[in-house]
Amino acid sequence: MDILMDVSSGLFLLVGSFLCLTGGLGILRFPDFYTRMHAVGVSDTLATAMILIGLILHNPDFFVDVKLMIILLMALFISPTASHALANAAMHNDLSKQKNDKSNSETTSSNP
Amino acid sequence: MAFLVGVAFAIVRMKDLLAVIMLLGIYSLLSASFFVAMDAADVAFTEAAVGAGISTLLMLVTISMTGRSEHPVRHKPLLALAVVIITGSLLIYGTLDMPYFGSAEAPIHQHAAPRYINDSMQEIGVPNIVTSVLASYRAFDTFGEVVVIFTAGIGVLALLSVVRRREYTINDDSFNHSMHEQHLILRIVTKMMIPFILLFAFYVQFHGDFGPGGGFQAGVIFASAVFLYTMLFGTSTARQVINQSFIQLLAATGVLLYGSVGIVSLLIGKEFFDYSALSADPITGQHLGILLIELGVGITVASIMIIIFFNFVGRRNNLQHKENEGD
Amino acid sequence: MLLGLYNYWVVIVLMMVGFYIVIAHGNLIKKVVGLSIFQTSVFIFYISMAKVDGGSAPILAEGIKQYSNPLPHVLILTAIVVGIATTALALALAVRIKEAYGSIEEEEIQKKDNQIC
Repeated sequence: MDILMDVSSGLFLLVGSFLCLTGGLGILRFPDFYTRMHAVGVSDTLATAMILIGLILHNPDFFVDVKLMIILLMALFISPTASHALANAAMHNDLSKQKNDKSNSETTSSNP
Repeated sequence: MAFLVGVAFAIVRMKDLLAVIMLLGIYSLLSASFFVAMDAADVAFTEAAVGAGISTLLMLVTISMTGRSEHPVRHKPLLALAVVIITGSLLIYGTLDMPYFGSAEAPIHQHAAPRYINDSMQEIGVPNIVTSVLASYRAFDTFGEVVVIFTAGIGVLALLSVVRRREYTINDDSFNHSMHEQHLILRIVTKMMIPFILLFAFYVQFHGDFGPGGGFQAGVIFASAVFLYTMLFGTSTARQVINQSFIQLLAATGVLLYGSVGIVSLLIGKEFFDYSALSADPITGQHLGILLIELGVGITVASIMIIIFFNFVGRRNNLQHKENEGD
Repeated sequence: MLLGLYNYWVVIVLMMVGFYIVIAHGNLIKKVVGLSIFQTSVFIFYISMAKVDGGSAPILAEGIKQYSNPLPHVLILTAIVVGIATTALALALAVRIKEAYGSIEEEEIQKKDNQIC
């Protein structure tokens, strides 16, 4: 049982780090802002979830597990919302969809 | 550490201030993770909340008022480079004498620290040594720090406050309705998240005795929940929720609470900030004293951060209204 | 010796980068950023001095013999919060300077001052 927990937690951590790395690679290689957001938003959220699940499996203490699960829940809420906020801001300010490097047409804050 | 140096050099070279500010946020976050690696849990918490959160936000609001890019330097700053290199080499020469990193026989670990580590549990009874030193052994320094924060808030008030006129409030309201559909998802998720953030702030405040935490971090987290609300729902709505004069009163109350704990100890007959005067059992007195002053610190920090933010944003709204009227 | 003192040297490099930004760049906001880098690197310096090999965070718990030194932690906690207070004031001053002079570049401000005087 212990070995199973150890191996599975290690597996989750590895998968999580791999996803994080590919998300970073995606930022570098994709041509446009929106595709970059898509790469990072999906893979980073899943990577965070995987790493947290790996940590939960690694730790036998109950209270720490509850806290980690709460963090997992909040990360699942917050991370996609952040990507949505960025993409929304870009859309609202008519960031063009062609080959473009980090453009200068986004506003700095969303104060009405 | 190498990442930190890379980020710092990138900040030097870039001209676009928005990118510079984002890199500063990354720099703060990297140093927070470095602090975790150095076993400094409280410090990492505070640095992450303050540096990567509040500081970045304030700078963003500032450059939205002052302009986004930097003019290129006209002359080669050779003199500056020379001064920097000379100072750097002098400092490196100074460190050659220092004990190696992490050694347990270094002088700073020999004199004051063992006394605090060994005696803190009997004298104060609080597991978190940093909180016990900050709130009990060195309470006077923390008092000075709270007053410094309060003064900074007053300074920002003096520099940036704007007398709000009635017609501005009506304009802001019409903005709100048109923005509603665009930010719908953000608003709903924020409404769900804000109670948790506030709950977390209270948890950090009252758990400062047992784990990393305490008044400062809690105040900053509380303030960031209010910032989130203000950013998404508009300043007029936020001002209705949190009245400006109430917040100013609250800030002063925090400092007063802190100071009165000390004065009460004086009046009972013991020294300034001697908590054993607060109750029959000295350990209970210490706990009570620490609880009260952490509360005072948390209240002051939260309200001052809110005041600073509202003043920056109010100034920006004022500028925007002036531009709209001028057209 | 290189490995022993490596941390401190990297911190000194960071301090010098921050110092250079403050004295060599003209934009006021950039100067505030440089000051912030300088401050944070000083914090890193103190915290790396506090670390003891094999120690753990200074929270009393069962079974832990060696703790890292808590005194620099207290100092830096205060310093971080004071740092943000001064940064907020500096940014407020920058906003007012922009309104009064129309620009936040150091050379243009000095030119305007010389014109007025």
